[in-house]
Amino acid sequence: MPSLGADMEAGTLVEWLVKPGDRVKRGDVVAVVETQKGAIEIETFQSGQIEQILVDLKSKVPVGTPLARIRTEGEEKPAAIAAAPPPAVPTAPPAAPAVAHAAPPVVQAPGPPPPITPPPPLAPATAARARVSPAARRLAEERGIDLSTVTGSGPDGAITFADVERRIGEAAAPPEKKRGGLDLAAMRLAIAAAMARSKREIPHYYLEHQVEITACEQWLAEKNATLPPDNRLLLGALAIKAVALAARRFPAFNGFYRDNKFEPAPAVHVGVAVAIRGGGLAAPALHDADRLPLDELMSGMRDLVQRTRAGRIRGSEMSDPTITISSLGERGVEVLYGIIYPPQVAIVGFGKAVVRPWVVDGAIGPRSVITITLSGDHRAPDGHAGALFLAEIGKLLQEPDKL
Amino acid sequence: MTDIDIRKVVQEELNNIAPEADLASLDPAADLREAIDIDSMDFLTFITAIHHRLGLDIPEIDYPKLITLKGAVAYIAAHLGSSKGA
Repeated sequence: MPSLGADMEAGTLVEWLVKPGDRVKRGDVVAVVETQKGAIEIETFQSGQIEQILVDLKSKVPVGTPLARIRTEGEEKPAAIAAAPPPAVPTAPPAAPAVAHAAPPVVQAPGPPPPITPPPPLAPATAARARVSPAARRLAEERGIDLSTVTGSGPDGAITFADVERRIGEAAAPPEKKRGGLDLAAMRLAIAAAMARSKREIPHYYLEHQVEITACEQWLAEKNATLPPDNRLLLGALAIKAVALAARRFPAFNGFYRDNKFEPAPAVHVGVAVAIRGGGLAAPALHDADRLPLDELMSGMRDLVQRTRAGRIRGSEMSDPTITISSLGERGVEVLYGIIYPPQVAIVGFGKAVVRPWVVDGAIGPRSVITITLSGDHRAPDGHAGALFLAEIGKLLQEPDKL
Repeated sequence: MTDIDIRKVVQEELNNIAPEADLASLDPAADLREAIDIDSMDFLTFITAIHHRLGLDIPEIDYPKLITLKGAVAYIAAHLGSSKGA
């Protein structure tokens, strides 16, 4: 079970897209996990053959639990391995990988060998399941309530009949609460946890910069006049590209603050803040945004926004943005100051474009102007570097044809 | 296509974008951006859907004419009529 965010402790496996014997390659979506942020598609980091599924549907397991075993290419059948000393108790699962690398086959010396060390029991999940009164469990089954979504009020957090009744009431009350794979109430809690942690731990500083975007608007109008709707570009795509390029040139804003130090990220994965109808918000990553040509960046952004709103975000998109962009679009307000999503160290905000009197070559004329802000983590790069970074974004937007 | 058919297509596509919106009771002259919270990405999705469904390629310069329900129906009716077979 991968960690899909700083505050995630456990996830519920809701769908397996592979079965034992299936061949998978790195990057394939193999499962869907329900978290506070909604249903997340889990990709494998290993190529090979699925050997064993370790987590059943509907099981809630802590982060770090292996979900399946994959036999990698070239790994031999366990029977072919020479005898080894009998293994003791099965060891704890590796903590990090989403889908565990197949453990080196261990074979007992005498007798018919079990090919693979059995996984340890999933203690937390089992314990969680045990604390449900039989009447509550029966009621939940009758009404199709997932017990992992019920908060227990009994001794040691045990789920009682009344708790399940209350959950049924909640599920029935607001019909728009669930949208696609999204649970907006749970998402609200995740936002609350991340933003509260940010404001508790990160000493933010804020900079703002007004940038004329007439060049961008003209360039977009000319370009889009020649394109069918499927391929048209939005100002947002130029904004993402400019920020991504600036982040590559100023690596101090692209990465994570962890264990009292800043770690620059090797790639630029721009988190795109996506508002979700009904009051949700997520900022999944557009991978390698600095390297994508604008047309690919635009189609990637459209796909990402649509999937986010439909509740189909992939695990890697949730966990690896290295810097975030938030934009309130062409309506609303002129300036937005973002809150950094930990452990990132910067968020860039775009307000709406407005026509303002502007001095160009000594004369005042109407120009489209946008206010770009930077919220930076003062433990990492300071405000001086932030000013240069923000100015670089403004400069890049003056030459949209080079983006 | 009659105006009623076009209105039905427009409403269906807007409903795909904003499932919670009650388009039947929406003021036909209301700005969709504010009335049902349509952003630039949503609007592009709408324009793309109309292109796929009706074969009508609406240039960006005409977007402001489609920003109300009434305007969108009138624009599509006029241009579908004038570019038959397109």
